[in-house]
Amino acid sequence: MSILINEETTFIVQGITGREAVNLTRECLDFGSKIVGGVTPGRKGRDVHGVPVFDTVEQVVEHNGGVAPDGSVVTVPPAFTKDAVLEAIAAGVKTIVIVTERIPRRDVAQMVEFADMHGARIIGPNCLGIIVPGVAKMGGVGGPAKDAQKAYQPGVVGVMSRSGGMTTEISSTLTAAGLGVSTAVSIGGDAIIGQTYAELMPLFEADEQTEAIVIYTEPGGRMEAQLAEWQTENDSRLPIVAFMAGRFMDEEEMKGMSFGHAGTIVEGKEDTATEKIQRLEAAGIPVVERIDAIPDAVKAKLGDRA
Amino acid sequence: MRFYEFEARQIVERAGIPVTKYGFVTDAAEARKVAADIGGPTVIKSQVLTGGRMKAGGVKFADTPEEAEAHAADILELEIGGHMPKGVLVDPKAQVKQEYYASVVWDGTEKRPMLLFSDMGGIDIEEVAETHPDHVGRAHFSNLIPFSDYQAKQVVAQTGVTGRQLTRIVPILTRLARVFQDGDMTLAEINPLAELEDGSFVALDAHMEMENEARPRQKKLLADLGIGDEETREGHEPTPFEEAVAAIDAADHRGVIQGKDTGFHGNLGLVIGAGGGSLTLTDAVRSQGGKPANYSEIGGNPSVAKACGLAKEVLQKDGVEKIAVMMSIVSNTRVDIVARGVIKACLELGKDPAETIAVFRIPGAWEEEGAKILSKYGVEFNDRTTSMWDAAGEAVEKIPS
Repeated sequence: MSILINEETTFIVQGITGREAVNLTRECLDFGSKIVGGVTPGRKGRDVHGVPVFDTVEQVVEHNGGVAPDGSVVTVPPAFTKDAVLEAIAAGVKTIVIVTERIPRRDVAQMVEFADMHGARIIGPNCLGIIVPGVAKMGGVGGPAKDAQKAYQPGVVGVMSRSGGMTTEISSTLTAAGLGVSTAVSIGGDAIIGQTYAELMPLFEADEQTEAIVIYTEPGGRMEAQLAEWQTENDSRLPIVAFMAGRFMDEEEMKGMSFGHAGTIVEGKEDTATEKIQRLEAAGIPVVERIDAIPDAVKAKLGDRA
Repeated sequence: MRFYEFEARQIVERAGIPVTKYGFVTDAAEARKVAADIGGPTVIKSQVLTGGRMKAGGVKFADTPEEAEAHAADILELEIGGHMPKGVLVDPKAQVKQEYYASVVWDGTEKRPMLLFSDMGGIDIEEVAETHPDHVGRAHFSNLIPFSDYQAKQVVAQTGVTGRQLTRIVPILTRLARVFQDGDMTLAEINPLAELEDGSFVALDAHMEMENEARPRQKKLLADLGIGDEETREGHEPTPFEEAVAAIDAADHRGVIQGKDTGFHGNLGLVIGAGGGSLTLTDAVRSQGGKPANYSEIGGNPSVAKACGLAKEVLQKDGVEKIAVMMSIVSNTRVDIVARGVIKACLELGKDPAETIAVFRIPGAWEEEGAKILSKYGVEFNDRTTSMWDAAGEAVEKIPS
């Protein structure tokens, strides 16, 4: 079927009256998503593409007969993001997509800890959200509905990516190759994110539609090492293919610099591209050098299992 | 952002962690005064934002104030790893009984801060962790519940340290954990944390790094330390190209462009995006033998002026005659706007777009309009059927190094 969201999923947009949020709301509605409300403090009574706007998440819950929406897309500025996320979690929202970037790690860690206490799940920050081709999308991933349909066709591959744009590039390649996508998750480009590859793996594992996984990775952090450990320890039915961008950052002259996303800052031994490629390959996860080589690598892996 | 050692000292001192009676000075005569004030042997340490000071001769011992002055004069003139010192720290040569290690760092997979402690200080902690794991204590802690002494106590006890040492170290670690949290640090390290002959503890060297994203809310601390907004504290000074691109980006709020050329020495001009796409394309160019002149990022749907500005800056770099304009599939940034921008750049510099734009590969939003504009100027448009790898390959072919 899918992971994280499906055709029944209801969600809200926090910061819905912002320019980007208005576009995102249009895109999601056109794609078939169920947006049940928006929140911008002080803007109660307005509407955005027919979606009613409220001052608080609690008011949305009240408006919906006491039922909390399943999810929230948070697009408020960095200084206010933590408060918005805590508010959503406290109101009973369980899946939160944080689009905002440049949020200090301390805030991210606090939001994640609060989510853990309430059985909620955070995707992002600094991400474009979740998309289930042909069904729904939660966030800006893939852009306008017609563009998203072009790149994302239903299929067998689960995609997880630290880059929002590359989520679409990879999915488009999988779609063109006839493999298609089950669910694609833009997990976020920051040093601390709500859900890492390894944390989402059990969901894909339980999803019958998904037959293989493709990940897009970068230097920085030890998320890839964590996935390699997960893959080694669990007898997963899902083969994984990885793509590693930012190999050039391993050059001596690039030391200490970050490129692309905040999370690419290399702080430890396990953070470099070279080190990650070794770990992934040691765990049986091939790391391809070209995006256009991904479909064949997936097919080869699926062939091995058949 | 990184702090100099003398600033890190101030930060731990403000938190109530004991330090030696030190002085930061910017000329040799002052160093003599501070050394005389301290009385007895001193250490003169170069204040640079780079490691390897000791090896480079940036740390020297002095027995007299005269010697301190002479060493300070030498060190102030000594470049270390491409950096000139901001000044020197004059520190008493402490009578150390034992060296310990203490730090707080982020653990990205646990998503919590981690307190690290060792009774083998003064050396590289990663090495200690490998060779003497029983001498390293560690624990993650909450960001919602304030840090409490017992957590520090457990970490110290893990290494077998007990007695008066344990009770004296615990409050220091608690304060360090709070400095890390309150100051939005990504690293708060004391190495060595020294136990002196008289049984007291002092932070002999401290290393602090603050998260850039938190600078707006750490204004007070930064102002107290005399660090202005203009001090980026990057590992390198921005180049003229980097400064020019940053100025164009700051000129209007729509979209984001970034440019870097530190460490890039080639002739292949890159006008690329977005975050992940730029990383992927830079690799693809290099893997196929191309030599990028720069790195860049276009994102968030910038104006024509911004796209034009970036392309012009790249084209005006030494040795650059052609540019490759490439992105991963865009859904927010508009293809037609980037197309207009890069063509405008060529025309304003008196160049033929068909000759200058070696390859244009940006599929996605408004691509039909983009293709139309490009065709008017004889520039071939590549859609998603041209892979990022192949687009990069074409750029390398057309721009031999």
